[in-house]
Amino acid sequence: MSTSENTKVALPAMTHTVGMPRHQKIIFVLLLGVLLALPFMVYPVFAMKVLCFALFACAFNLLLGFGGLLSFGHAAYFGMASYVCAHAAKVWGLTPELAILAGTATAALLGLVIGSLAIRRQGIYFAMVTLAFAQMVYFFALQAEFTGGEDGIQSVPRNDLLGMFPMSDDLTFYFFVLAITYGGILFIYRITHSPFGQVLKSIRENEPRAVSLGYRVNRYKLMVFVLSATFAGLAGATKSQVFHLASLTDVHWTMSGEVVLMTLLGGMGTVLGPIVGAAVVVTMQNYLAYLGAWVTVIQGCIFVVGVLLFREGIIGVLSRILKKPL
Amino acid sequence: MKRLAWTTVAATALAAATPALATDVKLGVLNDQSGVYADLSGQGSVVAARMAVEDFDAEAKGINVEIISADHQNKPDIASNIARQWYDQDNVDVILDVPTSSTALAVADVTAEFNKIFINSGAATSDLTRANCQPTTIHWTYDTAALANGTGKAVTEAGGDTWFFLTADYAFGHALERDTTAVVEANGGEVLGSVAHPFPGTDFSSFLLQAQASGAKVIGLANAGADTVNSIKQAAEFGIVQAGQKLAGLLLFINNVHSLGAETAQGLQMTTAFYWDQNDGTREFSERFQAEVGAPPSMVQAGVYAGTLHYLKAVEAVGSNDSEAIVAKMKEMETDDALFGKGYIRKDGRVIHDMYLMEVKAPDESTGEWDLLKQVSTISGEDAFLPMEDGGCAFALAE
Amino acid sequence: MFELLGIPPQVLMGQLLIGLINGSFYAVLSLGLAVIFGLLNIINFAHGAQYMMGAFVSWMLLNYLGIGYWPALILAPLVVGAIGIVLERTMISRLYKLDHLYGLLLTFGLALIIQGLFRNYYGVSGLPYAIPPALQGGQNLGFMFLPNYRGWVIVASVIVCFGTWFMIEKTRLGSYLRAATENPELVGAFGINVPRMITLTYGFGVGLAAFAGVLAAPIYSVNPNMGADLIIVVFAVVVIGGMGSIMGAILTGFGLGIIEGLTRVFYPEGSAVVIFVIMAIVLMIKPEGLFGNTA
Repeated sequence: MSTSENTKVALPAMTHTVGMPRHQKIIFVLLLGVLLALPFMVYPVFAMKVLCFALFACAFNLLLGFGGLLSFGHAAYFGMASYVCAHAAKVWGLTPELAILAGTATAALLGLVIGSLAIRRQGIYFAMVTLAFAQMVYFFALQAEFTGGEDGIQSVPRNDLLGMFPMSDDLTFYFFVLAITYGGILFIYRITHSPFGQVLKSIRENEPRAVSLGYRVNRYKLMVFVLSATFAGLAGATKSQVFHLASLTDVHWTMSGEVVLMTLLGGMGTVLGPIVGAAVVVTMQNYLAYLGAWVTVIQGCIFVVGVLLFREGIIGVLSRILKKPL
Repeated sequence: MKRLAWTTVAATALAAATPALATDVKLGVLNDQSGVYADLSGQGSVVAARMAVEDFDAEAKGINVEIISADHQNKPDIASNIARQWYDQDNVDVILDVPTSSTALAVADVTAEFNKIFINSGAATSDLTRANCQPTTIHWTYDTAALANGTGKAVTEAGGDTWFFLTADYAFGHALERDTTAVVEANGGEVLGSVAHPFPGTDFSSFLLQAQASGAKVIGLANAGADTVNSIKQAAEFGIVQAGQKLAGLLLFINNVHSLGAETAQGLQMTTAFYWDQNDGTREFSERFQAEVGAPPSMVQAGVYAGTLHYLKAVEAVGSNDSEAIVAKMKEMETDDALFGKGYIRKDGRVIHDMYLMEVKAPDESTGEWDLLKQVSTISGEDAFLPMEDGGCAFALAE
Repeated sequence: MFELLGIPPQVLMGQLLIGLINGSFYAVLSLGLAVIFGLLNIINFAHGAQYMMGAFVSWMLLNYLGIGYWPALILAPLVVGAIGIVLERTMISRLYKLDHLYGLLLTFGLALIIQGLFRNYYGVSGLPYAIPPALQGGQNLGFMFLPNYRGWVIVASVIVCFGTWFMIEKTRLGSYLRAATENPELVGAFGINVPRMITLTYGFGVGLAAFAGVLAAPIYSVNPNMGADLIIVVFAVVVIGGMGSIMGAILTGFGLGIIEGLTRVFYPEGSAVVIFVIMAIVLMIKPEGLFGNTA
């Protein structure tokens, strides 16, 4: 019974240089331009949903694409943060930035606990441990009093930002969400293109070598795990403020599967891939929803075609054609 | 969220026929179109709303009605997103149906936030007119309290004075258990215990054996849909009923009885707000309905019809689509339609009408595929629903 | 007469037996998954969907062709296994050299497609499938009433499980299979068609899932979603037993069914999560699984 632990996930060739190459600067500026114009073209709440999932997918990509660790339980951080944020805003009456902070901190803590156990395992066993813990978190969310079980936490208020600026208007709130998510994505980019990111890359490529070079591999792994959980939590917390709601959907294992789909579809290990993947998946769910169960069929087809033909994802393929890391 | 199945009903009335007085209203039917409750709500509810518009002859009365519908997949997050977008972007005036308690509570809150109108027919939780009541909510067809007062009371009075509950482990299941327990105890019965099963479940044998071991005379099924159907089927398989215990399905719809088959379901008692074969009015409506949908209307679909009709009457009386004025009018006017007869809407939004205790016919009594129920007794609306004073709806009690 | 934690022994006996019945499904399903993983190195996430197909094919055989339960017990696994073989040849076989992740994602995608299609055509309300006349009724065991059909489920799954174990571990064919997973080139050099053997193995694993589906059809309603949540539970069973271990999958399947049954008595709400708790503990303490070899 052999295992193929050594055959690594196919990734597009990346030449990381510290500092941002010029074409990537242009991309980030263009991206910001598009995102600033977005709420005037589509329904702002939909635009915010895209942003939240883009950040979630980027956080996941940090772990899978750059850390080489496939987590099958990222819904736990996303969902738990959204519950805590909703609770903080509704019951404690916290302002949005504090509520989101509380949610994010919870996700970070949860990531630290689960991560420190999970990183002791590798490959498929790692994925299974994360799944097992995520199922327990789901169970907790179902049973705990404050999460409201099947009902979730509903009618979560959007209090005034910093206690001063009213946020109930969706368009206004969009720019707050944009600041959070865009900042988060830039921060993730910075992490992956730092010396820390380079070490991660070396661990992903060849763990024993990284060990022999004297890196405390487990510490790096744990750090990237916690960072990934934190940003997933930031996305989840923000989402609960966007929708005034936290529910079981966000902690269910299908949510963990969805973020894998987004990352894979966009191109794992790329900077833009998760953002594009998230945008495509969310758009599809919104605009094809009238097709009912056919949406699942279409999603399934994307998985199959993606795995068989475009393992690098949309951005991965583009990046190969343009010969530039995107 | 564009879960759209646009069904424009009476789009543009001729300007000549309806001068400046024309009122435009947009109805949104939000329910389960692909899941476990699709048969008892789903497209059938959309048809019911359309029939109400046609029967009211809205166009001739200067009301232009447009109906849209969407699938909430029984998830509160999806339901609240759609409701928000409907009110915010699509100018929907009233949301109809919304089965399952969690989605209904979500839509009730969003509706209050936008100050629109929510006429619920599909959901069971009595909290819609109790702790979670909203001035903009009207709860039409049934609720957990009425189910308890129907089946719970009848079974207890008939000698089933010890109960054991099989409860679906979510808000609705617990609410149903709570309300039924109150009724059982008020009628001199005793609850010996209960077991909460994960929702949705597939195998109930373990829970059924616990119920059997409790020695209770009655096993109360505080669950719904496929869970209830499976519990009843497996109880038959394990010989629970033959061994002398009685099953009480606390929430059963005609569609559930149909899928169980008269053989398995015979003798079961159930509480319903509507049955297609009650009188000429219900039969006439059901015949037209069945011609289009393929099955007779469930009580949920009937409630959508009646709610839409009453709403349109209020729109006509008010002469605009001003939500507050319409709700006030709806609560002021007596409700009266062919399906539910006469009734009224309480200040807390609870619609008071008669409920019926029915029994599933034996196979040899049944003359057709859908000839499944016979009436045991009528429960007056005042007896069936919880009195407003006991409900704890803050705004209604404050006035 | 003693009582254990307030539960009378008759009830406990009954619950153990019911746990064993549910464990039978876990055992057959996780066996199929373990066979596929052990010999193909593919995590077959479509297993739940294939289980559902087994139930649907037997329903279709009855309603479209008038073929009853007993022939369906053989025919449905053959039909679904054949579909599995087509999938293996056209898609899955391209992934053997890649990371586990891709096999998992591909079969996850296949599961979504299959479930989506069935949901479109048959809805989700569930279709009835009657218990075969020969197995209706039941036995009074004193401590509980055991429906004949449930007894049959235990018997059938024990036979199938141990038959499979015997075939793989004790026969010549099985030794070829095991050798082929260790060193496909060498076995190929002996003139054995390894790719065909692998294809047939996948078909066999899928057939086992379908067999469980046929067994389930009369007691659970035939429903497009019946395998959707089951898959991750079964998956956990395989991990606990030790990925790829045949005997591990069988024994863990029965064992966890019993543990889950007991949870339903002592903490019913927790019965949905107990298996994952065990999985986490096992992975922490003995990552190769209870019966896994320390590879």
